[in-house]
Amino acid sequence: MSALVLRDLSLAARAGGGAALALAFFAMVATLVPLGVGSDLALLARIAGGVLWVAAALAALLALDRLFQADFDDGSLDLIALSPHSLEAVSFAKIVAHWLATGLPLAILSPLLALLFGLPAPAILALFVSLMIGTPAISAVGALGASLTLSIRRGGLILPLLVLPLISPAVIFGAGTVLAVLDGLHNGALPLLGAFSLAACALSPFASAAAVRLNLAS
Amino acid sequence: MLRYANPARFMQLSAALLPWLSGAAAALIALGLYLGLVAAPPDYQQGDTVRIMFIHVPAAWVAMMAYGVMAAASLIGLVWRHPLADVAAKAAAPLGAAFTALGLITGSLWGKPMWGAWWVWDGRLTSFLLLLFLYLGYIALWNAIEDETRAARAAAILALVGAANLPIIEFSVDWWTTLHQGESIVRAGGPLISAVFLWPLFAMALGYTLLFFVLWLLRIRTEIFERRARSLMLEGAP
Repeated sequence: MSALVLRDLSLAARAGGGAALALAFFAMVATLVPLGVGSDLALLARIAGGVLWVAAALAALLALDRLFQADFDDGSLDLIALSPHSLEAVSFAKIVAHWLATGLPLAILSPLLALLFGLPAPAILALFVSLMIGTPAISAVGALGASLTLSIRRGGLILPLLVLPLISPAVIFGAGTVLAVLDGLHNGALPLLGAFSLAACALSPFASAAAVRLNLAS
Repeated sequence: MLRYANPARFMQLSAALLPWLSGAAAALIALGLYLGLVAAPPDYQQGDTVRIMFIHVPAAWVAMMAYGVMAAASLIGLVWRHPLADVAAKAAAPLGAAFTALGLITGSLWGKPMWGAWWVWDGRLTSFLLLLFLYLGYIALWNAIEDETRAARAAAILALVGAANLPIIEFSVDWWTTLHQGESIVRAGGPLISAVFLWPLFAMALGYTLLFFVLWLLRIRTEIFERRARSLMLEGAP
């Protein structure tokens, strides 16, 4: 299993893997927003949590269509399915690899971008922690979307429509965490985000494996 | 239940049921419209705009029920691998989307005079918008996969994941903000709204529900006819 994670990671890191592209996309969206809404730092600090969370969710979607698709196209998914590991474990390994390649770098880059938005230090910490906790949910639900759209020629187009409504709770709780810190409120967003993330990571491999199985069965 | 899953038996039964169901749906909706638009007095606070409630609230109820029907049919299709259940799930989705859209549009028309804006980002409106996207994603997934059995399975998995996630979405959106009025009909201690408004509401709710089932059966029958026609064409092909 760790071999699969390592293999996916090195594939993502090399040319055309898309991990670096997702980061660049994240930074680009974060740059476009001030160009759109103006350079008022008070306003930017207010919306930073939401903007960066939405940008991170979209950036994480970018690399998703390659999660199973490349292996499906060149037949290695068939070989992986024949290995003694269950497809559920394979799906989980894919989720871990996707998170290590996109979610983790996005979270690490986020404090820098938050600084550009004029977010105060405690809120930056809240954003970083919420992204660390919440992005696994995006990878998990995204893996499900990727496996469902495996046999569709232009699956990348339909994928966001399937995944985004399902991950809306993560965006709500994630951005809510940052806002709560800004307002000096104690709210329960972070534990709720953690609960959503854990549930998504625990349940998604099963649904995802079922979807991979039905796509391989032809 | 599986006894009725035989397509031939289903066709017989649904053909016998449809005239009665359609008649009852038409009568109930006519009664509800009369009671709601003519017989009921204007609300002391909201005036005549309160009458939007009679087409708005039942649409929202049926929109949620349709997702339940779709998810149940998906589960049956996934577990027992029965084609009729797949067809039933597929047939429910556009109806659910239509009722969700109707709920959103009438809600927006009601919101303008009441809240002063066509759209407010409150809990229930937002979760209904997300419900609409879930329906659209389901329909899009079904249309994108060519192989019918595979499309049915994939869509069923999506419907079930959506069903598990819907309460979480609902909860998160409620947590996010709430401006919409709370539950005023199903609550401990009896309904908060007066009987003059309650009767037309119930008549409309039942009428809408029957209307949903009529259209659902019709869509399932159409799909079965289409599949028969297709296989006849294949047989007749030289």
